[in-house]
Amino acid sequence: MIRFDRVSFTYPDASVPALHEVSFEVPEGELCLVIGPTGSGKSTLLRAVNGLVPRFTGGRLTGTVSVDGRPTEAWAPRELADIVGVVGQDPAAGFVTDLVEDELAYVMENLGVDPSMMRRRVEDVLDLLGLHDLRQRPLATLSGGQQQRVAIGSVLTAGPRVLVLDEPTSALDPAAAEEVLAALTRLVHDLGITVLVAEHRLERVVQYADRVVIVGGDDPAAVDAPSGGPAAGRVSVGAPVDQLAVSPVVPPVVALGRAVGWTPLPLSVRDARRRAGELRGHLVGVDPPARRARSGEVLARTTGLFAGYGSLTALRDVDFEVRSGEVVALMGRNGAGKSTLLSQLVGLAAPQRGSVDLSGSAPHTLAAREVVRRAGLVPQDGAVLLYHDTVEAECSASDHDAGLPAGATRRMLDRLVPGLAPDAHPRDLSEGQRLGLSLAIVLSAEPPLVLLDEPTRGLDYAAKHRLAEIIAELAAEGRGVVVATHDVEVVAEVADRAVVLAEGEIVADGPARDVVVHSPVFAPQVAKVMAPEAWLTVAEVVAALPAGVRA
Amino acid sequence: MNRRRPVVRRFLHPGAWWLWAGCGAFVALRTTNPLLLGLLLAVVAYVVVCRRSDAPWAHTFSAALRLGALVIVIRVVFQVVFGNRIPGTTLFTLPAVDLPDWAGGVSVGGPVTLESVVGAAYQGLRLAVVIACFAAASSLCSPYRLLRSLPSVLYEAGVAVSVALTAAPQAVVSARRVREARRLRGRSGRGLRTWTDVALPVLEGALERSVALAASMDARGYGRRGSAAPMARRGAAGLTMLGLMAAAVGSYGLLDASAPFVLGVPALSLGLLALAGALLLGGRRSQRSRYRPDPWAFPEWVTAFSALAMVVGIVVAGRTGAVLEPSVQPLEWPSLPWAAAAGIALGVLPAWLTPLPPMLATLDAVPTAPERRSSPKPWPPVAPSLSVSPSRAEAAP
Repeated sequence: MIRFDRVSFTYPDASVPALHEVSFEVPEGELCLVIGPTGSGKSTLLRAVNGLVPRFTGGRLTGTVSVDGRPTEAWAPRELADIVGVVGQDPAAGFVTDLVEDELAYVMENLGVDPSMMRRRVEDVLDLLGLHDLRQRPLATLSGGQQQRVAIGSVLTAGPRVLVLDEPTSALDPAAAEEVLAALTRLVHDLGITVLVAEHRLERVVQYADRVVIVGGDDPAAVDAPSGGPAAGRVSVGAPVDQLAVSPVVPPVVALGRAVGWTPLPLSVRDARRRAGELRGHLVGVDPPARRARSGEVLARTTGLFAGYGSLTALRDVDFEVRSGEVVALMGRNGAGKSTLLSQLVGLAAPQRGSVDLSGSAPHTLAAREVVRRAGLVPQDGAVLLYHDTVEAECSASDHDAGLPAGATRRMLDRLVPGLAPDAHPRDLSEGQRLGLSLAIVLSAEPPLVLLDEPTRGLDYAAKHRLAEIIAELAAEGRGVVVATHDVEVVAEVADRAVVLAEGEIVADGPARDVVVHSPVFAPQVAKVMAPEAWLTVAEVVAALPAGVRA
Repeated sequence: MNRRRPVVRRFLHPGAWWLWAGCGAFVALRTTNPLLLGLLLAVVAYVVVCRRSDAPWAHTFSAALRLGALVIVIRVVFQVVFGNRIPGTTLFTLPAVDLPDWAGGVSVGGPVTLESVVGAAYQGLRLAVVIACFAAASSLCSPYRLLRSLPSVLYEAGVAVSVALTAAPQAVVSARRVREARRLRGRSGRGLRTWTDVALPVLEGALERSVALAASMDARGYGRRGSAAPMARRGAAGLTMLGLMAAAVGSYGLLDASAPFVLGVPALSLGLLALAGALLLGGRRSQRSRYRPDPWAFPEWVTAFSALAMVVGIVVAGRTGAVLEPSVQPLEWPSLPWAAAAGIALGVLPAWLTPLPPMLATLDAVPTAPERRSSPKPWPPVAPSLSVSPSRAEAAP
């Protein structure tokens, strides 16, 4: 159905090709998963399917990409709209109309579909994706998961035979991600649509895939990956089980399987759990390692806090505190109030009622320069912190803003992400490097409290692991760290305490192990495999095993 | 029989609202009489309050009223500082400065008379009411709906316009985020540096978004080749341009009483003819189809009638010598021309005789933050699909 024939692609001004001699084929009706480290060219590969690469990016593409026998050099993306549907990383950026129903009909209007047929297909897609309650809703008022489903629906109404999705669940909370993935598997199994999907959080999708394409990256952090994976810009294609044995990025169940030498590797919690009886037997009576206890001084505290935008109250009666030396994970659905709580802690807005205390003062009354010495926030899209056109300029501006001696930010940056070229443009950095730069800017003022809003979006496992190490170092230095995240695996790795928000209220607050282990939504994969014992990460399990059991 | 008709909520045809608002603006442009303008503003505001939906775009009207007030203030201030001096009751005197010849020889300041201030306020009010009329149209139906009902030959230009329209609110949102980010970096204060700090990222963001949107539209078939010959396509485009230009000249001729007759009705008719020709020619090549087009039924006719009544009222009043532009020298209390007032009053009919717009069930969501989800609902939500969908086409009584 989709055919890449010796495809190479080089971006304009790039010296190395993003894709190099890529050849593979995806047969009809398969769900094909594209994986690889950050920046390895997954999005490039996906956008080449209907010719958006190179038509919207520039650059040089050689070889042939064809869909259903139509080569993209002869067929523009708009002429392929009836057989390929492409959904980008940010669904809201691609919306053309303002109501759900109109958005679904848009592609059919362009294709000139007969009005009665159009009406029928819209109804079918509304049902298929569970959108019928939303048909007359303005798109701007939908949640992330709903927007993603509308974006899928808006290409599905054309009746495409191929669906291409770029990280459809990366911005979603676990429940909304399930919603989207359930819809996808339904499309593959009930309608026989060929799906090509890229995803960082493999734990969510790998068990549904029929085929895995690994795009090789040259990330130095992934050097310890097993050999046999593809080189930078090249791809390897195969069945999920074989591919994950050599993949530089793997979900926790696979990592566990590799660590204890299971073959074939388990891909889902169910596979792993059926194999894990013996493993659990080895760990009976062994207690998981204790996390840091709460002992530090209180850095920030909210009492009876109500906050929100305009007439909407996003937080209700929240009592929350952070102490020095602890890592707090803030969890909850999209829109549960996590970001609002973080922005309250640094005083981006005044509370509606109640109070916020940031080491002795109300943060919204403090001058910006004073706030950054007490608490630093890296916002959800960390790139908004970056304005300058080189890394060097960012660092010196940051020294200047915080009134630090020259070079302080650069030293912090070298500690977090060593070896960034000073003249690189921040936009050209990988997600992980950009996060490191934002974090270095925020940390340069040496705030005792560090707040991270969804830091793992777009990070691969290696980058996430590095982030977890950094967070642990910060806590060891005695700083308090609050991480608002959907990513349960990161919570499992770093958090001492977990706070769950729902509808603006705190519904759980306690040691991370107790809070996440028994939640079907928030439990990490390892906890599901090892239940009822409270183990959270592969590293914990492996360290506790007797030497003979480890692979 | 006391049988109640089922209440069918639906959107009025966007053409009807824009016709109504356009006629309102036409009336406003023909008069500076504050009584008529005040009445018109009241009518427009009442209709908006009665018939706007709960969608995010429906909340622009109050902002437009504030903008209108600002326009009046600016107009008066300019008159006070730069205006030519109308003799009369002197309110106060500003120090006069005569600018040198190379600056046009304009004189600034001097005595400020009540007459000049009132005259400026009338003109400001006229402009404010025109703004209110267009804001009313865009609160009553989203610009995108109007675009959907455009004939297909104008469609592609219309998409460009509607995309441009969405850029402004998005820029506001992203400017807020960038300002917050500045604070997170410890920068505060104002001045030139703030502007460059905020403007650059906002512009970059807008550029990136428009490329993403273009890619998404292209991938969904926007601009697919039609089956028509290139000649017909070019002919249609040329006729459209000609028609639009002639129509613009014609409307100007109608509005400006001192313009020669040929620039009025004849130019407008020529423009409309050319547009009709373009539609015919362009319609043949189009392979687009339309999803659930809005019907044109009784409520639309009522709206069109009330729009026409406003125009007829003001034209009749003008012909019969009523005072549409009350004198400011000598300053006198404006009289109310009854024909014009009656016409404007008929403009309120759509407030009662058009269907209510569908509930879009946005009560539980925040328009500014797309990521936000529902919070507890203050009152039971109305099921959105029940109210509109099943019988939109049969909604006409």
